[in-house]
This record gives sequence, structure tokens and C-alpha cells, in this order.
Amino acid sequence: MDGEELTQQETELYDRQIRVWGVDAQRRLSKANVLVCGMTGTVAEFCKNIVLAGVGSVTLVDDGVVTEEALSANFLIPPDESVYKGRTLAELCCDSLKEFNSMVRVSVEKGDISSFRVDFFSKFDVVVISSCSLATKKLINEKCRRLLRRVAFYIVDCRDSCGEIFVDLQSYKYTKKKVDEAVEFELKYPSFEEAITTPWRKLPRKTAKLYFAMRVIEKFEEAEGRNPAETSLLDLPGVLKKRKELCEAESLNESQIPDSLLERLVVGTQEFPPVCAVIGGILGQEVIKVISGKGDPLKNFFFFDAFDGKGIIEDISNPDAAS
Amino acid sequence: MDTIEVSNLNRQFLFRQKHVGQSKAKVARDAVLRFRPNISITPYHANVKDPDFNVDFFKQFNVVLNGLDNLDARRHVNRLCLAADVPLVESGTTGFLGQVTIHLKGKTECYECQPKPAPKSYPVCTITSTPSKFVHCIVWAKDLLFAKLFGDKAQDNDLNVRSGNASTSDHTDDVFERRTDEDIEEYGRRIYDHVFGYNIEVALSNEETWKNRNRPRPIYSKDVLPERPINQNGNMDGASATDNPSSVSAMASLGMKNPQEIWSLMENSKIFLEALKLFFGKRDKEIGNLSFDKDDQLAVEFVTSAANIRASSFGIPLHSLFESKGMAGNIVHAVATTNAIIAGLIVIEAIKVLQKDAKNYRMTYCLEHPSKKMLLMPVEPYEPNKSCYVCSETPLTLEINTHQSTLRDFVDKIVKAKLGMNLPLIMHGSALLYEVGDDLEEDMVANYAANLEKVMSELPSPVTSGTLLTVEDLQQELTCNINVKHRDEFDEEKEPDGMVLSGWTQAPAVEKKDENHVGNGVGTSKNMPTNAEQVEMNEDLEIVPADVEIPAEKKRKLSEISNNDGLGTSRGAAETNSHSKVEELDDDDDVVFICDGDSDTIKRKKLH
Repeated sequence: MDGEELTQQETELYDRQIRVWGVDAQRRLSKANVLVCGMTGTVAEFCKNIVLAGVGSVTLVDDGVVTEEALSANFLIPPDESVYKGRTLAELCCDSLKEFNSMVRVSVEKGDISSFRVDFFSKFDVVVISSCSLATKKLINEKCRRLLRRVAFYIVDCRDSCGEIFVDLQSYKYTKKKVDEAVEFELKYPSFEEAITTPWRKLPRKTAKLYFAMRVIEKFEEAEGRNPAETSLLDLPGVLKKRKELCEAESLNESQIPDSLLERLVVGTQEFPPVCAVIGGILGQEVIKVISGKGDPLKNFFFFDAFDGKGIIEDISNPDAAS
Repeated sequence: MDTIEVSNLNRQFLFRQKHVGQSKAKVARDAVLRFRPNISITPYHANVKDPDFNVDFFKQFNVVLNGLDNLDARRHVNRLCLAADVPLVESGTTGFLGQVTIHLKGKTECYECQPKPAPKSYPVCTITSTPSKFVHCIVWAKDLLFAKLFGDKAQDNDLNVRSGNASTSDHTDDVFERRTDEDIEEYGRRIYDHVFGYNIEVALSNEETWKNRNRPRPIYSKDVLPERPINQNGNMDGASATDNPSSVSAMASLGMKNPQEIWSLMENSKIFLEALKLFFGKRDKEIGNLSFDKDDQLAVEFVTSAANIRASSFGIPLHSLFESKGMAGNIVHAVATTNAIIAGLIVIEAIKVLQKDAKNYRMTYCLEHPSKKMLLMPVEPYEPNKSCYVCSETPLTLEINTHQSTLRDFVDKIVKAKLGMNLPLIMHGSALLYEVGDDLEEDMVANYAANLEKVMSELPSPVTSGTLLTVEDLQQELTCNINVKHRDEFDEEKEPDGMVLSGWTQAPAVEKKDENHVGNGVGTSKNMPTNAEQVEMNEDLEIVPADVEIPAEKKRKLSEISNNDGLGTSRGAAETNSHSKVEELDDDDDVVFICDGDSDTIKRKKLH
């Protein structure tokens, strides 16, 4: 195989996408290493997308076992019990993903991601986590930030017919061609912790309601010691109470976080497959942009709600946070 | 009816390498059943335009989801869904752009209420005599030269058409025939010299043509390749050890490996001659039957090199094989992620249909760059266009030279191409001028065949100015009434068909119903870019409708898009020079509202 040139196999297979982002970007993709934690339906979609795109490697972390919920939203899991029994979600997804593109190295890493050392993350260009507690989100984000080389960090979660993506590219430089010259851009991203400590009253009035709703649920789950998405209708009063508490502390009118939205998120803890496809697609595209260094990356939250059909970008950064 | 190709596998994830060549419908079904065993899926490996898929067939369904790749099929299904009164969810993607639209008879616009741009076609003289863009050279190389040398000899071919002069001799066609026992290298050079040298000299002799244009220069093989090559890489035949015709390649033979490289005139000339040699040497049985196939490596090499030599002659920048293949093959660039997003949105819309959630039906657009913070933009569907000839039966007007244009011209250029009818029936009053069908009697068939060759005014029931024609497609359940107006002259460049169909109001971003402004026929909507930098549109290109404001993006030439200087610049967005704005309603009403910039114009009405 030529060192730098794409092989004939790659040129043939990737022809249609090379026409979108060019040979150079395709080469960079083939060298990229992606870590993924939490094999939700959305993450399955995301993995499918980047494997098809031809990344260098994908490493999966999820020691969980198959549940009804997983079967309903994760298309990588074979529905045959004799096949999935005794195997972890990561193992099952790994087997399925390999079939999509033999040129991508797909593997499993066992263990609890919160216990992985910082240098483990240095092996990757991109880290994507899903279905993690607030504490874990902050922890992994911090570990990625402590590395010398920049690791792109993403959080993705879907509940009911909604989806949220968070992006942290730290300090990100890229070039864009404007007319005939190449212009360099630099974006500075806050960490997840920094972003969510932005005082609510400082955010624009029309900020997506879903942002606030997800934070309320996040805080509720943390306070109650729940696993992510471990809520039910019985928790609604408790969640509304948490909303009241947070809104008072943040001087935000409670009507900004509608009851109906909270109820949907509290009750509808399962993922909705078409939303997984939408979010997995958006996330896939973001990761490809960052690996290839081409295209304006999303900064720093993306929200989608199938109820209104809008896919919105919100830039939530705390001007007061210490840099 | 499509089969799986390698280039599908970067995004069509239900398919694997081992499925290449098999039926998409069947393999998709099997793949889905693997993770959802308990659904009923019936594959039809067939053309959706097949008469079997009639109105009764469509009536079986609660909703139809389209994933077609050409305008013709989409229009056909649109008509069938209208006839069957079944909701249709349409969609399309190109690169990073995509959209999902929903169509319900009588309630929303049908798919054709907004005329869709038809595939780009170029005036014959531009292709044969005065190319100014590389794509003109590609069309020449593919549809004229390749067809002439390797295709059906019986087909008409404009290759020797000269603007103005009558052809100088009767022997012109023989020039392209290889003489018995003619040395292949000599033959190749002879053809080369004829099309790139002699033909150009002849064209130059017509001063008028070049008054305001750059003159091309004739190119002769002896000047570009002075010596006959004996051995290239010690491999005279060009083929590798295998005799497999599909692995024969001029590039391989000449040791040229990079399809992204832009070859010099000399390299292009070598490829040209080598490709010709390989066709005659290794694939001579196919000669006379070949049609251009973008997956035929040798054909692509031939067309690329021929187009490049011609481009060189006319001072047009040369392009790589990769870029040329894209143009010649009408390749649509595509990625898995956009398709995944649109697929999710299609399902969301389909579920609304099944739940009869009419208030929430939306058209959704997937943008490359956010507009008002939105990457996914929902829009309320519009009411049907009262002037749509498909769902509202508006009469149309046809300007035509009734003494020169034949019924065949009318059928091919208007009824099939513009009106998108598949199995048409043409009537003048009660007289049946033409119809298609399996069950016709022999004398009827002969009668219609004879009619096709007659000019309109000499048909058994003469068609003249003022005649009203009725054109129908029974399968699509579509009827069009056409008022005929005789006109003597047509502009060869602007009206290459020699006839003009008009009568339905374009997308209301255009001004009021002004007779003079009425569009030229499907495909020439006012929102099409008109300057010389027009990007070629592929048939599959589904454009975001005119009235959505896309952040203005510089239109890029295809050559730029293929280079590494920007993530899939939106060819789709480039088409829409919109003057209207996207506004968000005040308050917390979440629905994005599209309104026309000018309140005087005809507003398309929202559903609610």
C-alpha cells in the first residue's frame, strides 16, 4: 500500500464522498482514532456513519447487556437471543460495525470509563460519550482537556423525541477559503462544566427550551442518585420542584421550561429511532469536519425536537468563567 | 430496478461488498429483516413506471415514501399518488444538503406545483462548434465522438455539423470508419487529426462565428506526439495479464495512476490514442453497440482525454479524470450522514401522516450552514398551486411551427420530456392522433406511426393555430389541455427545441401573472442562475425551493468543487437566488414562517 496515496479500493469505495470533501480529507479520516462510550441507539447510528466514512479506528466502551430498550433503538444488535446472550453491547456492536467497512479497525475496551487514566484518552482524536451521569460527563471532559494534544470531545443524548449534542474542541484553528484567499479561523470552546455554569439569565431569551429542560433533568438525576434516563412519571413532581429551585436560583421564569417538555423527557426515557438517525447524522458530520479540518464546526450545543422539527445551534459560553 | 454498485457502499449501509450486482430491493429487504424479523416487506425488482404499478396498486398504501434518483420517476409517482389520493413523502440529498417534503392531494402543493429544473441541455451548436466551458467538451466527447466511434452506427450524429456551411462532401461519415487492415495507430491518429485538426480548420473558415469569440486552434497529432510509441512500460497491449475486458485501461497501460491529476495535452493525447487502440484491440466485439457508462474505465479515459484535447484547442481549462467522470456520468456527490438525517426526518413525517397529525406536517430542510441558528429548518407546507397543470388542470399554451414540427417532435420534446408522461394519448377533439399501448390493433399502430412523421398541420385532423389538444396519461391519470399557437421562428440558442410550452405560474418568488414573463417551460424557472458560471445540474439534484433563504454562497465551478478547497459547496444552494426571507414569528410560536419579500406578489398560502 502506498504511504500517502489512497488505495484503489479506497478510491472506488469512497468516490462519492471524495467528491464532497476531497482526497486530502479522506486521507485524514483514515488516520483518525475515535473512542465511543455508551452504545445507545444514537451512538450506534453515529458509529455506522463514521465507519462508512472510513475512519482509522473506532473503540467501543459499554459493558452493559442487551435490554428491551436497547433492542428497540439500536439497530446494530442482532435480535436473536441465542446470539446476544452473555455478550456486552460493545461486543455485539463491534461485530456488526466491522461488516460495514473492512478497512476500519473496530475494537472493544472493557471497563468503567470514569476509571480510565488520562493517558488512555491520548490515543484518540475524538471522544464521544452518551448516557452518562453529570459527574461522568464533567470528568471525561476534564481528562480530555488535560492532554497535550487536542482531543475533540462530544456528549450526545436522546430522550423521547429530543436530542442534544455538546461539543468541546478547546482551542480550534481551521482555514476556510474566502474568495481567493485562505482565511484562518480560531474558535475557543468552553468545557461542559464551564458552559453549563453560564448563568441562565445571561443567555438570550430565545435560547432553546430543551437546553434548560435537560439541565433540570440532569440535576434531578444527580440529586436522586439515579442512572441516566432512570426516571418515570412518578418523578414528575420531583422534577418540577427541581425546576422551581433552579429557576429561582437563576432568576429565570419557570414558564421558559414548559411542563409538557419536562413531562415528555421524564416519561419518555427511551430513544426514538428516527431521532437517533438525525442526531447520529449531525454528530457524524461534526466529527468528520473536525478530523478533516474542513467546514465550520458546531459551537457548542445542538438541539433537535421532532415535535417542532427544528435543529438548532446554541452557543452557550460563560463570559465570566476563568480561562 | 437498480442493482448494487461499489460506489453505493459508502452510504447505502444495508448492502455489502458481496452484494454488488444484486437487486437493491431484494437485498435491502433481507438486510432489514435481519434486525426486525417481524415486518412484512415485499421487494419488487422493477421499474416504478411499469404499468403494473397503477392507481389500484398505490391505493393499497397509507403513505408512500420516495427515495428516487431522477426527476422523471418522481413526477410519475407524484401523479399516481394524486390519482390514488395517497400521501407522498418526497426527499432528496446532495452532499450536505437535503430536504423532506410532504404532499397531500388537495391539501398541499403536489410535487410538481413548483416546477423542478429539468436536466441541463445545451444548444447543439455550442457542443459542435462553439464550446466555452469544459462541460461542453465532455458532452461532445461523450455524445458525439464516443457515440460515433463506438456506438450504434445507424444513429444520427451531429459530429460533422458546421454552423452555417453545408457539409462539403458525402464522404464525411466514412472518415470515422476504420479501413480494413488499417494499422490501429494510424487509424487513431487519423481520427485525432480529423476531429482536432481538420474540423477545427473548417470551423475557422467561417469568420462570422469567431467575430466575438476566441478562435480555437487546430491540433495535429504529429505536433503533440511526434514519434510513434513502440512500447509503453513494455506492455504493448495495455491490458494486464487478465483478458477481462473490464480491466483494460489506457492509464494502466501508460503507467498513469492518479485519477485526480490533470494531464498535459501530450498525456491526454497518449491516453486518447491508447484508449482507442485498446477498444479496437481488446473490445472490438462491443464496437457498434457501446454506450457510455461511467463505470467503464476505458470509456471514461477516452471521453476525458478527448474532452481535454478539445478544451485545449478552445483555450478552456483542462480537468482530471476524476472530475470528468463526475460530469460525464452525472455523478451526484453523496455522504452517509446527510442521508441518515434525511432518512430520520422522512420517518418522522411518515409517522405524522399515519397518525393523521395534519397540523404538524412540515417540509424540512437540512442546511450546510445554519440560518438563524438552524441547521434543520421546518416549514409549513403550502396550499396547492391553483395554476399547477398536474393537480389543478390548468390549460397550457404551446408555441410551435405547425408546418415544420412533426407529431414526433411534439411527443418527444413536449409530451414526454416536459410533461413527463409515460404512456401518452393525444387527441384533437374526438380524433385520436396518437396513443401507446400493448393492446392496439395493427392498423391503429400503423396509423399512429404514420402520424408521428407528419407535420402538425398535415395530420389527419390538422393541428393549427387555435387548436386545442388534449394529452393524457391514463396510468398517471393526468390530463392536459394545450392551446396551440403557430409561430414561424424560434431562437436556436434560447429555444433549441423549436417549440415553447407555457402557461403555469412559476414559483411566486417571480412577479405577478404577466404574460410576457411566463416561463419557458419546465426547467427555466427564474431562479436559475443565468450567468456564464452556471453550475451543471445533475438530474438527481433536488434543489431547495426558491423561497428559502440560503446564505448566499459563491457559485463554484465543478472543477473547484472537486478540488480540496471546501467541504461540498452547495450546488443546491447556489441555484437559489432568493429574495425572500425566513422570519421567525414573534412570541414562542415555534413554526418558522416563510414569507415573500415583496408583499405585492402572489403569496403562496400557508395551510394554517
